[in-house]
Amino acid sequence: MAEHREYFYRRLHSLLGVIPIGIFLIQHLVVNHFAVYGPESFNKAASFMHDLPFRIVLETVIIFLPILFHAILGVYIVFVTRNNIKRYGFFRNWMFYLQRVTGIITLIFISWHVWETRVQIGLGNADLDYSLMESILTNPFMFWFYVVGVISTVFHFANGLWSFMVSWGFAQSPRSQKIVTYATLIVFLAVSYIGIRSLITFAYGV
Amino acid sequence: MAEQKTVKFIITRQDSPDSAPYEETFNVPYRKNMNVISGLMAIRENPVNANGEKTTPVYWDMNCLEEVCGACSMVINGTARQSCAALVDELEQPIRLEPMSTFPVVRDLIIDRERMFDALKQVKAWIPIDGTHDLGPGPRMPEKKRQWAYELSKCMTCGVCLEACPNVNDKSDFIGPAAISQARLFNAHPTGEMNASERLEGLMEDGGVTGCGNAQNCVQVCPKGIPLTTSIAAMNRATNIQSFKNFFGSDNAH
Ligand code: HEM
Ligand code: SF4
Ligand code: FES
Repeated sequence: MAEHREYFYRRLHSLLGVIPIGIFLIQHLVVNHFAVYGPESFNKAASFMHDLPFRIVLETVIIFLPILFHAILGVYIVFVTRNNIKRYGFFRNWMFYLQRVTGIITLIFISWHVWETRVQIGLGNADLDYSLMESILTNPFMFWFYVVGVISTVFHFANGLWSFMVSWGFAQSPRSQKIVTYATLIVFLAVSYIGIRSLITFAYGV
Repeated sequence: MAEQKTVKFIITRQDSPDSAPYEETFNVPYRKNMNVISGLMAIRENPVNANGEKTTPVYWDMNCLEEVCGACSMVINGTARQSCAALVDELEQPIRLEPMSTFPVVRDLIIDRERMFDALKQVKAWIPIDGTHDLGPGPRMPEKKRQWAYELSKCMTCGVCLEACPNVNDKSDFIGPAAISQARLFNAHPTGEMNASERLEGLMEDGGVTGCGNAQNCVQVCPKGIPLTTSIAAMNRATNIQSFKNFFGSDNAH
């Protein structure tokens, strides 16, 4: 392993994108979706997550450290790529390019989002409840910032899932890779819906 | 007699590995069925540019002239391909010729593909059967396997797939699709299989198979139609299995 450091880090990067980060993303958006059933419903779900035993350990091991590792190596990967969609405008090359673009957008979005919510709550400047998100998202600029951020993150996850299936050698034949493309497209649409639906509720109360 | 038809070439030239590139335009007499190489030959015969100035002949590389050696690859109207197989009648004019940008330029259109040969060395893309005594005939290969392995064996190390790959560049040490596919070819061979793990170890070294980010341009541009992305995914699986074997300590000699 020691002599295969780059190999190990790249495989770890790929794995972390799905487990645990991807799983956490889905869980996070599904919990948010409780907002659609009313503020109490959301508050109950959010405080259930908040009151999980060993919350700090769970957050650190399942969320912070994996995202930190994935983001740092991810930015490096973006940096060593020379994109060429102008010359080679194939579908997969576009997806490859968008994977990098959404990686950067997602990094900006997540940094801001964590600062505005988790960090402020941690500092005691805010409380984790429906009205926190409501006050953020009723501002139209922030609403659209969140829409772009959520779609970017979900795209990055769904397309990353496709890439994961190839990087781990599950989908090898062109046919299986194509089927995985359609499957991850469905993942993208479904998870985006879940995410955007709750944003609309927070912003417009519907 | 009617006026002689000409073909216009705009060529990116470079006098030495370190000098700055520049463009030079040439008007070459048209001949029926000419290809890019015959145009370059006409320039060599009469090295006069479009302004009527005498200049040095344009340098380029070639060998087989039938798209099997890979030496003549260059970027023609924005697409990397073999100049011997590029027919002038099928190209938009003016015809722009550039050296492939992924490789260091030696002179004009000649590039140095050494990194591809280093990559083949990294993955040990050969079958070591040298010895002092006759080993007899090797094991046979199933016909079905032979068929797909034959497709992989068509690689001519032309470099077009590396040129198209966004992850092969001077900032990364990724070995590129061709060598990954060659590792699969030699691991598929019944004798080559005996050293399969050594090739997989090569793929796990820095710049190896994980350098691929699945942009999949390679499979679109390979002039030999080699299923490069299938090879890459297959080698992803094989290296993963190998690394589990290495780590958890089951039989890893083979
Ligand atoms: C925070 C900033 C992030 C950056 C800069 C980033 C960057 C990247 C990059 C460049 C890749 C391509 C890797 C490759 O092709 O080899 C990638 C892959 C991936 N990312 Fe991210 N990412 C970020 C966050 C996320 C998040 C939040 C998720 C999950 C929701 C995620 C999930 C994935 C997945 C699943 C892959 C595919 C891995 C593979 O190719 O096998 N990433 N990321
Ligand atoms: S795989 Fe195809 S494109 Fe790549 S070097 Fe071989 S023949 Fe050329
Ligand atoms: S000269 Fe051999 S491929 Fe063109």
